[in-house]
Amino acid sequence: MPDVKNILLVGVGGQGTILVGKILSNGLMSAGFDVKMSEVHGMAQRGGSVSNQVRYGKKVFSPIIDKGQADILVSFETMEALRWLEYLSPKGKAVVNDYRIPSAPILTGKSDYPEGILAVIKSKVATTVIKAAEIAQNIGNPRTMNIVLFGALVRGMELTDIEWEKVIAGIVKAGTAEINIEAFRAGMKAGEI
Amino acid sequence: MKKLLTGNEAVALGALEAGISYASAYPGTPSTEILENLAEYKDEVIAEWAPNEKVAFECVIGASVAGARTLFAAKMVGVNVAADPLFSFAYSGVNGGMMLVSADDPGLHSSQNEQDNRNYAKFAKIAMLEPANSQECKDMVKTAMEISEKFDTPILFRMTTRVCHSKSLVEIGEAVKPTKKPYVKNLQKYDLVPANARHLHVKVEERLKKLEAFSNETELNYIEWNNKKVGVIAAGVAYQYAKEVFGENASYLKIGFSYPLPMAKIKAFAAEVETLYVVEELEPFMEEQIKAAGIHCIGKEKITNIWELTPDIVGKALLGETRPVIDYDLSVVPNRPPTLCAGCPHRGFFYELAKLKNVMITGDIGCYSLGGSDPLNAKDSTIDMGASISMGHGAQKIFNRFNENMRTISTIGDSTFFHTGINSLMHVVYNRSNTITCILDNRITGMTGHQENPGSGFTLQGMPTTIIEIEPLVKALGIKHVRTVNPLNLKELKEAFTWALELDEPSVIITRWPCVLKKQSEADKKEFGNYFGKCVVETDKCIGCKACIKTGCPALQFNKGTKKVKIDESQCVGCEVCKQVCPVKAIKRVGE
Repeated sequence: MPDVKNILLVGVGGQGTILVGKILSNGLMSAGFDVKMSEVHGMAQRGGSVSNQVRYGKKVFSPIIDKGQADILVSFETMEALRWLEYLSPKGKAVVNDYRIPSAPILTGKSDYPEGILAVIKSKVATTVIKAAEIAQNIGNPRTMNIVLFGALVRGMELTDIEWEKVIAGIVKAGTAEINIEAFRAGMKAGEI
Repeated sequence: MKKLLTGNEAVALGALEAGISYASAYPGTPSTEILENLAEYKDEVIAEWAPNEKVAFECVIGASVAGARTLFAAKMVGVNVAADPLFSFAYSGVNGGMMLVSADDPGLHSSQNEQDNRNYAKFAKIAMLEPANSQECKDMVKTAMEISEKFDTPILFRMTTRVCHSKSLVEIGEAVKPTKKPYVKNLQKYDLVPANARHLHVKVEERLKKLEAFSNETELNYIEWNNKKVGVIAAGVAYQYAKEVFGENASYLKIGFSYPLPMAKIKAFAAEVETLYVVEELEPFMEEQIKAAGIHCIGKEKITNIWELTPDIVGKALLGETRPVIDYDLSVVPNRPPTLCAGCPHRGFFYELAKLKNVMITGDIGCYSLGGSDPLNAKDSTIDMGASISMGHGAQKIFNRFNENMRTISTIGDSTFFHTGINSLMHVVYNRSNTITCILDNRITGMTGHQENPGSGFTLQGMPTTIIEIEPLVKALGIKHVRTVNPLNLKELKEAFTWALELDEPSVIITRWPCVLKKQSEADKKEFGNYFGKCVVETDKCIGCKACIKTGCPALQFNKGTKKVKIDESQCVGCEVCKQVCPVKAIKRVGE
């Protein structure tokens, strides 16, 4: 299905990938695309590796993205980008948050956080590195980190024609629309680089 | 109006549009959200969490016999628990329509086996529907009710993780006001004594013949003609994968009503195509029946029956196609396994438990199954809901008989104890073993995402209700030795283990503390107070011994360079387990 686009959002449980998936898929739907989205829920615990897969186009069949198929990989955490890189098309784009969350084997000292991840990814595909935590902090709410990354995704996929600010305002918690829109704009800007 | 819905949300909406007025279930991934979504429609539907699937199924039978349209939902292993009433209700048939959702989990995303529950339809001789996207999930509920009532059969409504948890567009319809059929006493139908059941078996066989005729006629099983060189028979999400792989280069027989199979339609389809593929996830359920009917087809000889399918697996198996991927070294990425949350009340319990020698620790299904993971490593087994207690009993009997110096310790959560653990504990008392049963009461059903249970004080639809207290309950079962402890207090835990190990009669240790992620009720706030806070490491005192790291708390990080531990304040809730473990008192509570 060549007219179908594939967006893969990955991160760590609790980082807000699901909210971004929701904003993204609702916006795509309002723009008239057929949309399918997959996420595996299950364990209530925080902290596991999570993915959210969004496919859109004229007509979408499979709800899941295969290895080598994603047009864009947006990783909310640095090491997760490398874990999921095999799902990205060699012709695709990577948007990587320069933000580390050590996993259990790293916390206990059994493994080390791998170094040089960004260089590896840059050597393989077109890559945009975003310091989303810093940007969100500057805006005034570190919890908007996910929306900053969403802004970079919209820029990366050239989906700027959709009225995202309206979509965001309709989905985020009451009273947080303004700061989330600010985060979105900052992410769009950061995604240009 | 169109909405983007998961399959589970769509089933709930379908139930509303089909006039279902009673639903019951026990939470289980990937089925849980069906009842959670249905519960919102309080005026239309009675939605209840049952202590286990057998109870849920029997409640649904009662509601159907009374005349209502009804729904039961379970993950695939939950259907095993409900199999006893299922097989008999398959004989009696329904009054109001009845469907059982079996949410299977190919790929074992969150399950203990990979069974294919389509086999239950054939085994119990009932009709089966298989939706392939959210729209079908919604629409097929209404169809299920009509078929159920017309043919007097329960419906197996088979979903899989990717159907349950994927979102796709759904055209919203109209909710209907549920009605009921009159209740008519009918012993020949509902009283399955041998004299009646014998005759009902004849009816079941006749019903199957009628259902097969329907299967051949219904548009639920439809043909899409394209190129006739390749024909594909597929159902559920496997149909989507086949479409993804072959597009318009194949013809399809899309199966929505998958038991009994439309064999005449399949025969006609097979006759028109050069090569016939059966694309199905897990077992060769359709393939075996098609081959038994003398129709040549290709299926499991090419497509694996292990783990879930993807379009690429199907494409590689049938067309030899592979997709280019980025070449890099994935092995440098450390794992990110799920862990007990920072502040989880199970952590201290497993930390102390792991110190005991000569014990077999039988585990159960829930968050606390992570007590077996590194670095806690305090578990020997997990089989199924409730097994910790009964397995522990069986093992203890054998250790005692063969004079081995071993004790068994069973670890089970509150909701799992109510599920089937209670029966096992009855067995322990009755058959006199000296097992130690630990009931980890975190005041909620944790792993599936905080569902109410008989001990939590609320129903699924938010009504305050009687709290079934575990301590008096186990005493009433005949357990003489019971202690309730605070699992954040390691000394209390240690003393309880020592106490229990000295007994030669069965004992129960109840750890009582709410899940750290739980939205606390008024009763919780009153009982547990506001214990939240932060702990910090006084770096100059830390000797880098890593004792605290052995609790496996994700808020603690050991820095290899400085040889010191740091607490991530964004995660720490101040449970103080690490503080109790530190040999040099380097950890303190902020503000103390």
